Amino acid sequence: MNNIRQPCVAITGMNAKPENPGPGVAVARCLKESAEFCGQIIGLGYDALDPGLYMEQFVDEGYLLPYPSAGEDALLRRLEEIHKISPIDIMIPCLDAELPSFIRLAHKLNSLGIKTVLPDAEQFRLRNKDLLRELAEHAGIECPGIKSISNIGFFNDCDKRGWEFPLVVKGIFYDAYVVHHKDEASSAFRKIAEQWGYPVLVQKFVKGEEYNLTAIGDGNGQLVAPVMMKKMALTDKGKAWAGVSIYDQELLNAAIRLVAAIKWRGPLEMEVIKDGTGQYQLLEINPRFPAWIYLSHGVLRNLPLALLHIAMNESVPTFSDYRTGMLFIRYAEELVVPISVFEDVVMQGSRSNSKEVSEL
Amino acid sequence: MNATKIPPLLSDTLPRLAISESGFVFDPVTGHSFSVNETGMAVIRLLQQGLSLSEATAELHKDYLEKSEVIERDLLEFIGLLREQVDAGI
Repeated sequence: MNNIRQPCVAITGMNAKPENPGPGVAVARCLKESAEFCGQIIGLGYDALDPGLYMEQFVDEGYLLPYPSAGEDALLRRLEEIHKISPIDIMIPCLDAELPSFIRLAHKLNSLGIKTVLPDAEQFRLRNKDLLRELAEHAGIECPGIKSISNIGFFNDCDKRGWEFPLVVKGIFYDAYVVHHKDEASSAFRKIAEQWGYPVLVQKFVKGEEYNLTAIGDGNGQLVAPVMMKKMALTDKGKAWAGVSIYDQELLNAAIRLVAAIKWRGPLEMEVIKDGTGQYQLLEINPRFPAWIYLSHGVLRNLPLALLHIAMNESVPTFSDYRTGMLFIRYAEELVVPISVFEDVVMQGSRSNSKEVSEL
Repeated sequence: MNATKIPPLLSDTLPRLAISESGFVFDPVTGHSFSVNETGMAVIRLLQQGLSLSEATAELHKDYLEKSEVIERDLLEFIGLLREQVDAGI
């Protein structure tokens, strides 16, 4: 592998609520635990209680960002401020909702010297949940029917129009509820619309076992360092709480076709379910690393590190080794932080290692 | 001699199964795992070598003081159970 110099890498998604953690802490951990990486990590969060901001073993400095609703100008201004304090070499956004802003800002960030590895707006649009069936066709993979709805009345007679219960009601960015009847569906619709806005998506329910693949698209149609995992335990939000690395050529082929079809650039996660007939069905494509990305380090394909190579136009390692049968089990633990550190984050919007988190 | 063959689905899957000394079996393609006892381990290893049912029966007959018919019946039952475990990951 090429030696990476000592870049300063900014990573978002420092939230880590156990039922639905952001990927940022795991991305930072992959880098910090790589023998090759000697750089700095800046953790970027949206809430003063995002735990990644305080995890000094993985994150050297933590900063708050304005919520995406504040707009791109506010985001850019804040990034410029942070960049002046700690010059950023590479930016790794890890949350779906912020991706459109970072994609639009990519050129401006580049002109500041901040590199990103992101899809373009059209590639990003193609993996929208409501367009997934078209993309699945490219990949030669089945996809359960999905429909955008804006009216709760849809559930009154959906079963007469080919949308029998159970169904999955999903937000455009996050959240999904399996619903078994009209009342349950209406309640899920309201919750999702309130939190994530419209449209709300309805997907046909497929019973089976869930598998995920994560990798990087190099922007030229090549899939880099794929890592596959079978979910073994789920949180209430359906996120993987435990999983095991696998290698399935059929799943891999689908991902190769998909990335080749749209020349995806950047990290991605492909979520599929294996139905009762053994057929994979594509559920979602997420435009970022997943929260379980630390498994990639465990199977000898450290994807965040590979992303740095791509960002710096270095040759990407071949990753010929791969380990199946590596298990991850997530756990929650408490950080103990002096209130003065929390005060800094709340009042100054930042935490640096000059004030030790462990100093009690 | 009985020339019964191992079901095709199993014959595809059997070679890739990883079996530990403790009897823990892991399928690296589906991620499924299950456990077998010492006899089950011996049977899986024989089947992984590509032995037919009759050949596996003959091999087991060398180690177990049972009539061939009983061993074959148990073997068929075990293969059925094994198939259920493997099918669960298909």
